[in-house]
Amino acid sequence: MHTFRYVLTTVIFSLALLSTANAEQANEPSEMWPSLKQAYFNDRHIREQADDLLELEAPKRAEDAAIVPLRIYAKHAQTTAHYIQNLHIFIDNNPMPYSANFTLSPTMQQLDIATRVRVDSYTHIRAIAEMNDGSLHMVSRFVKASGGCSAPAGKDQAAAIARLGKMQIRMRKAEIGQTTQAQIIVSHSNNSGLQMDLKTRGYIPAHYVKTMQVMFNETPLIKLDAGISISEDPSIRFRFTPQETGVLTAKVVDSKGEIFIHEKEI
Amino acid sequence: MLLRKLSPITLVVSMLASQVACAAEDYSVQKVTDGVFYHQGVHEDATPENIGAIANVGFIIGEDCVAVVDSGGSFAEGQQLKQALKRQTNKPVCFVINTHVHPDHVLGNAAFTEFNPIYIGHEKLPAAMDSRKDFFDRVFSESLGAAYIGSEFITPTQTVSIGSPITIDLGNRELELTAYTTSHTDHDLTVFDKSSKTLWTGDLLFIDRIPALDGSINGWIENLTQLKNKDIEYAVPGHGPAGKDSYQVGLSEHLNYLVTIREQIRAIINDFGTIEEATSTVGLDQQDKWLLFEHYHRRNVTAAFVELEWE
Repeated sequence: MHTFRYVLTTVIFSLALLSTANAEQANEPSEMWPSLKQAYFNDRHIREQADDLLELEAPKRAEDAAIVPLRIYAKHAQTTAHYIQNLHIFIDNNPMPYSANFTLSPTMQQLDIATRVRVDSYTHIRAIAEMNDGSLHMVSRFVKASGGCSAPAGKDQAAAIARLGKMQIRMRKAEIGQTTQAQIIVSHSNNSGLQMDLKTRGYIPAHYVKTMQVMFNETPLIKLDAGISISEDPSIRFRFTPQETGVLTAKVVDSKGEIFIHEKEI
Repeated sequence: MLLRKLSPITLVVSMLASQVACAAEDYSVQKVTDGVFYHQGVHEDATPENIGAIANVGFIIGEDCVAVVDSGGSFAEGQQLKQALKRQTNKPVCFVINTHVHPDHVLGNAAFTEFNPIYIGHEKLPAAMDSRKDFFDRVFSESLGAAYIGSEFITPTQTVSIGSPITIDLGNRELELTAYTTSHTDHDLTVFDKSSKTLWTGDLLFIDRIPALDGSINGWIENLTQLKNKDIEYAVPGHGPAGKDSYQVGLSEHLNYLVTIREQIRAIINDFGTIEEATSTVGLDQQDKWLLFEHYHRRNVTAAFVELEWE
């Protein structure tokens, strides 16, 4: 698996194709995918339409192109013998298509993750499960971005800067041994680095969340390697089953190396 | 009178009429009061057929010169507006005021460059324009087709700061320009013609057409509540008919929409609900009150949700 740094080299290429992307339709094959597959998976086999294993929920039409909710869940329980180790999210026609890589612990038992992404254009979105045996399984959806008045830029840039790094762990009161849902949100503008600075005529440097880690009593549950396709104020919502009381910790590292940590006792 | 209270036949006839009005040759402006004219945008999304003329745009004529308030949703509309203006007066355009960055309000800017006017906007308009113009250029060159050709994003040369309204003079006609805290967008500007007491709200106020939230629901509610008390004789909303009575009714309905969805979204957030739950349940009782509800309502709920999550 290539790292996120590789993604930068595909930017120019994908920008060149953006103009043709809108004509693309749901049932037509993605123009981008063959080259993305080659770049990130080489000649590895990917089983397509793996709907028996995985479900990807995405709206057919993005209401707000800057905040498109995605939910991915597995149809079988995660066990130490057989589990989804990584979940790769691709948004084909985004400037940086490789949008997220979730590294998952089998201790979560039930894989059910939701996040919010930016969708720049009509696009296929795909989730690829990489099993602990190394096999790859893919599901995909087609999303129409609504475009119009809401650009992918921040709605209130001053408010976003003022609360940079604030975090929340949101959940109902957890019962030991019961599956519960939790949501981690960090306030972060997740700047794309693709915006021009009027005065300098240079690009405003990218400043985005690189990783989000979730641990329970120091055991890792989820690690997200992310990029600029994740919405402003990145959010992960997931299910897990606490087997004892303890502390749920969320640690966020951004592209400037700033670290934000938030904890919640369960 | 509100559109939805018209009979279906009248409705169809008036919609056809306004489409024709937008189809270039018959583009015309209505008089709000002496020296104040506007073209009412159609309640549609921008298309090549309506040349993007979906927002209210117009001008105010002073003794020396003219101020354009929002320039049109395409270069084509900007030119139509300029022709309509020249039919009313020979005076030059000295100011082009943009109430905010959305394309239906600014894409006609380039049609007025021959007058070498001062372009004016909110202090945050330049940044908003800069960060969005590539995106808008891509989306609107496609959705507007030929009408888009010639459109340019012209950055204001004079800006208005929050808390410091400015007054510009058209020759014995003073306009007060006020910049707001984040509401519809983070850079909304209103124009108040002191002599006729006409308020141009920009998209702080939507009448008949569903409001589109691209800023802050809390800020918008706050600022609209304050506008309620302003002493005015005429109003030109960002969308919908100009007038005084329609202003009071429209403002109440607009506020009611925002307050209603805010209350319901807060309840969902407090119950640890999701955006998807909110978009499928919130504000459905508002559906019959607004045109284009299907196009913008769920987006408004999504935008409000991610704001209210941080309360």
